Amino acid sequence: MNLRLITNVSISLLMARLKQTMVAAFGVTFSITMFITLLSFMAGLNDMLDNLILNRTPHIRLYNEILPSKIQPVNRSSEHSNSYNFVQHIKPKEDVLSIKNSSAIINYLEKDENVYGVAPKLGVPIFYNVGNINLTGAINGIDVDAENKLFAFKDYVSSGSTSTLKNTPNSIILGLGAAKKMLVQIGDNIQITTSTGERFPLKVVGFFQSGIEEIDKVQSYTTLATTQKLLGKPNSYITDIQLKLHEINKAPAIAKNYKNLFGTEAIDIQTANSQFETGSSVRTLISYAVGITLLIVAGFGIYNILNMMIYEKMDSIAILKATGFSGKDVNTVFILIALTIGIVGGLLGLLFGFGLSTIISHIPFNTAALPKVKTYPISYNPKFYLIGAVFSLITTYLAGYFPSRKASKIDPVDIIRGK
Amino acid sequence: MEVREIIKAEKICKSFYEPTEVAILKDVSFSIQAGEFASIIGKSGCGKSTLLYILSTMDTSYSGELWIDNISMKNKKDAELARVRNEKIGFVFQFHYLLNEFNTLNNVMLPGLKLDRKSREEVEHDAYEKLKILGIENEALKMPNQLSGGQKQRVAIARALINNPLIIMGDEPTGNLDKKNSDIVFSIFKELAEVYNQSLLIVTHDNDFARSSHRIIEMEDGRIIKA
Repeated sequence: MNLRLITNVSISLLMARLKQTMVAAFGVTFSITMFITLLSFMAGLNDMLDNLILNRTPHIRLYNEILPSKIQPVNRSSEHSNSYNFVQHIKPKEDVLSIKNSSAIINYLEKDENVYGVAPKLGVPIFYNVGNINLTGAINGIDVDAENKLFAFKDYVSSGSTSTLKNTPNSIILGLGAAKKMLVQIGDNIQITTSTGERFPLKVVGFFQSGIEEIDKVQSYTTLATTQKLLGKPNSYITDIQLKLHEINKAPAIAKNYKNLFGTEAIDIQTANSQFETGSSVRTLISYAVGITLLIVAGFGIYNILNMMIYEKMDSIAILKATGFSGKDVNTVFILIALTIGIVGGLLGLLFGFGLSTIISHIPFNTAALPKVKTYPISYNPKFYLIGAVFSLITTYLAGYFPSRKASKIDPVDIIRGK
Repeated sequence: MEVREIIKAEKICKSFYEPTEVAILKDVSFSIQAGEFASIIGKSGCGKSTLLYILSTMDTSYSGELWIDNISMKNKKDAELARVRNEKIGFVFQFHYLLNEFNTLNNVMLPGLKLDRKSREEVEHDAYEKLKILGIENEALKMPNQLSGGQKQRVAIARALINNPLIIMGDEPTGNLDKKNSDIVFSIFKELAEVYNQSLLIVTHDNDFARSSHRIIEMEDGRIIKA
């Protein structure tokens, strides 16, 4: 078909109504801009909130829990193997919380190719002693280097440094909330009491801020060795082994495997934090809904302008048809106009969307809960730009479709005889 | 001169159904030979314009048979009819229907480019030729709104001629013009018929105009009473 001629006609019709077409294109630009900005911002925020938890959460955690034995002695007896055994008043069995044979397990895990890193942890409940008052708290004994590698521990230490913790014996990094309660500063000594009633002095070398206040009021960190010393336990005594995997999606399967292999409890991140996935997906859904609504509104704008143009250009359409342009040609003319508006408006929208999100990403955003974040978070996911581009084309095509069909159905005789 | 039937209509009937059924054309049969300069006259409402639009293939809701250049127009698709109009028929209406977005030359070229049989340069050359015949080659680069009414109508005639059509159909082509311009347009038609042997079929109610054409087809109440 004579596409060049049709394009020519489209362009001249478009130029004749340049102002209105520009307004229509601006509608598309605006909606795509807002669509991109909204999604980028929302995704940035989602990532940030998820990371708040996910960065601090191991993909798999191996630990022991005090539980009743699943297999009671009667079940082991061959005499009763063919019968239903009812045992009442089962009590949890006495067991230690520490992981048995921990160093062998860690060695094994460090060689596993699925595993990105291993960080042992020893968690103990303690009391902070402030004068006569005891505040409940918890100390995590950690391997500082592994913790830095896996959980960006450094980023959450708001003052002081993790290397001092590593190098100073009997030192502690206090949760910021706890520190505020105790009115201590870096370099002060504090007293703690373990659950067995032993008192222990520790030197404050830093403050820790996770962004979750409830945790910061309670949690503190020392090295593994210091915690083991508090408890009077040997240096293989740990309660948790935290793992990060190369691929987070494999966590549930691997966790199950380890549970059987090591005879400990193993929980994966998906099971432990399913609510975050839900929150993120709902937020994303809402932003898509708003974005697409904007686009549809812009689509109505295009629909209007084309309808108006067709009413105005009735005569031209009639003569084009009289002189040999078929309904299909006329249809193409108006579809081309609609698509031009869509492409130009859409491209500008993508550009402005990128610009606006860049501007937002430079606006300062300081919150006590998130020490690492200094400006508003923005995600520059190319997926949003692709979706924006595709949707702008689809909506403009649909907006152009009905007016174009109307134009193609115009009967030239009606117009010409009406004069 | 070889006699060639370029348009043949047989028993064409058409009715309007709104608001009540009115038969507007009743068994109209006639034919036009190549090179003929024919005019259709009759009172308003006698169906002469309706007949013209059926002959032009733009109006397809009728019964009866129509051949253009010995090809039946029955059961042809919209795109095929458009092609026939493009190639074989030139139109001149009461109103000029020039596209305001294009200059004179481009308006004339439009149907030629649509036909897509010649290169752009050739079509442009042809368009200049046609404008020259009509004596308005100096207005080629002006926009339609810079032309006078008579000039616009001449541009419309040039546009009708661009594809060297089998026949030019006119629906009151002088209806909107003053006496002087009417005369110019009429003498152009006459020249086209006599010098260029162009077939013409013009609907008019100007009896002077009709009398100077070669053949008068007179209609009354949907029938041809004198051919």
